[in-house]
Amino acid sequence: MAEPAEQPRPARVALFVTCLGDVFYPEAGEATVRLLHRLGIAVDFPLGQTCCGQPAFNAGFHQPAKDVARRNLALFAGAEYIIVPSGSCAAMWRVFYPELFADDPVLGAQAEALAARTYELSAFLVNVVGIERLGAVFQGKVAYHASCHLLRELGVAEEPRRLITQVEGTELVPMDLAEQCCGFGGTFAVKYPEISDAMLQKKIASLKRAGADTLVSCDAGCLMHIAGRLRRQGETIRIMHLAELLNAGGAAQAQPSEP
Amino acid sequence: MQPSTASDPTLRSHAGHLGTEGFQEHARQALQDAPLQQALQLLVTNFVPRRVAAMAALGNAEVLRTEARDIKERTMARLDEYLELFAMQAQRVGVQVHWAQDAAEARQIITGIAQDIGARVIVKGKSMATEEIHLNPHLEQHGYEVIETDLGEYIIQLAGETPSHIIAPAIHKTRQQIAALLHEQLGTPYTEVIPEMTQIARRALREQFLRADMGITGVNFAIAETGSIVLVTNEGNGRLSSTMPRVHVALMGMEKVIPRLADLAGMLKVLTNSATGQKISSYVTMLTGPQRAHDLDGPEALHVVILDNGRSAILRSANREALYCLRCGACLNVCPIYQNIGGHAYGWVYPGPIGAVLTPMFTGLDTAQHLPRASTLCGACREACPVKINIPHLLLNLRQQLVERHDVPWVERALFTLWAWIMQHPQLYKSAVALAALAQKPFAHQGWLSKLPAPFSGWTQSRDFKAVAARSFRQRWQETLQHERPVASSVAAREGISHE
Repeated sequence: MAEPAEQPRPARVALFVTCLGDVFYPEAGEATVRLLHRLGIAVDFPLGQTCCGQPAFNAGFHQPAKDVARRNLALFAGAEYIIVPSGSCAAMWRVFYPELFADDPVLGAQAEALAARTYELSAFLVNVVGIERLGAVFQGKVAYHASCHLLRELGVAEEPRRLITQVEGTELVPMDLAEQCCGFGGTFAVKYPEISDAMLQKKIASLKRAGADTLVSCDAGCLMHIAGRLRRQGETIRIMHLAELLNAGGAAQAQPSEP
Repeated sequence: MQPSTASDPTLRSHAGHLGTEGFQEHARQALQDAPLQQALQLLVTNFVPRRVAAMAALGNAEVLRTEARDIKERTMARLDEYLELFAMQAQRVGVQVHWAQDAAEARQIITGIAQDIGARVIVKGKSMATEEIHLNPHLEQHGYEVIETDLGEYIIQLAGETPSHIIAPAIHKTRQQIAALLHEQLGTPYTEVIPEMTQIARRALREQFLRADMGITGVNFAIAETGSIVLVTNEGNGRLSSTMPRVHVALMGMEKVIPRLADLAGMLKVLTNSATGQKISSYVTMLTGPQRAHDLDGPEALHVVILDNGRSAILRSANREALYCLRCGACLNVCPIYQNIGGHAYGWVYPGPIGAVLTPMFTGLDTAQHLPRASTLCGACREACPVKINIPHLLLNLRQQLVERHDVPWVERALFTLWAWIMQHPQLYKSAVALAALAQKPFAHQGWLSKLPAPFSGWTQSRDFKAVAARSFRQRWQETLQHERPVASSVAAREGISHE
């Protein structure tokens, strides 16, 4: 939504791939690295990284969350940009780290500084790099699921849609409940499975009404939640992280599109 | 008319509410309740789109919300002063002001007034504050006949139930259920035609208004500057309850005060547009004192009972902004959890997202701990709130308090301690992931697991779970990605990849 930055495009970023991304959706992280490379942006991956601390924070366990978060403050202290291919984890860095360390003048200041340099992938591409067309090719009817933290903590609504619209061969189909929670909510899905599933069923009904063959989102958590029920129901709708879509087809061969 | 639960001592403590401890079971039952599920459709087909359209039509909704929040913020910062000013100004115009520390005191004050004036029949305008202090069962025990006059509340009273929504108390009932109820309770011919049903209730209620000696209402806004109270209704029940009987008693939560008359217009706008999508409700009643010598109507006496009942504690807490709530119900309507389970499952007076914040603070965090925990923190409530209450963050505050007070299961505490230990040691983390990959092998099928062990088994009740990837991102990085480089002629690449 913001105007592209006037400063020169970033040359180097640090990737925080997230624990879900590392363990369950490595394809999304891989696609993120490759598409950043195609933009001429070098990627660092600090090997000491694990999780952002959100599971503990959301459950009310602030001390464990701080212990985990504090490592990230140190690990990424030198990074000019921190790229997170997840709205939820990026919100943890941008919104909740400063809150978590608000009582500590030193760590609080570090957290504030870090928060300002942290970007969810789609917001980084559109608002910082200033690019929407990445030369990806993908044949399909794509519905976009707006993950809650990306949309309502970070206020990133249009960026992913603009990126999707620019993919060659892709039709972005409107989904009536695109901005409604899928019922994942981390441990919520385990603690309150019936409510979680009722929410998920409504999301999937909306997805089917949309007539999409592919669902794209910016969060691995939502994706594995939605995919888990689609699979249980025997549906064939494909699930993709935005980074995978943006790196699909011709783009995967590192061939930038014609102007 | 007697609510069926009033005679049941086990339920009386909740005054007909289910209680918060059995939340999971109540939610499960609600999900299986076909008429409830049908009735809740009205939220999605009616309430939500009407609010969205109305707020958009305002053109300056964002400004109005910010201003409304600002008024609330400023008022809460000096609540004691504004309340004193309100009480002083109200007294000046002849209002009898009472202060109630808690529910019991408020009930006592109101029963005392009824006794003093020799009341027998009491009509009520819709009021959540009176629900909060469980006023009706108390008055009935003391021998008063109490009649709810808001149509939804009337239906609920006939059914012997409690409201399931802040502004639409009978939203959990289908039209057919209401038709049957009116037929059974009032002995009128069965009809499902809404105008006919409304007429039946209207005729029954008009008689009650004429019989009543006392009227009890809530208060939507209390204006400190003028000592006025403001009632917002759509059926005129507030106006009739406050003007027909000899004596009017208004119960107000102490957060209802606003500083100036000039603040009212904006507050009303965000309230009615958020609540029902109306530019203004059918009736907005502003009452400044009881009937004066030259007035043609109005009550002989007007009592305002200012209720604390835990609000001072909320004011001092990190969750102060919960007191900004206007009780519009917009957060309930948009909440994907409320949309699925309705209001009764929340177990107490205030349901939905704001109820998940208020109920633990009013009734105790230990027994109501499911409410702040049963949320995905999706934030739809904050987006709909006319005063932008950051409900997800308030829920997080409550969760933190639960942990600090050791009110969480030990398994959870143990798991997060272990989790934090692993996450602080990347080698350990790598090993744990490798171990999980190994352990899942016999069970994984095409990269998915169909059954997880306790305490994670809830997930696989209805969903498969993704198996740990054969090669983690970390491995992929170390094996291949770290050796790849950005496109050499990056400038050319950038030229080629355009910004459309």
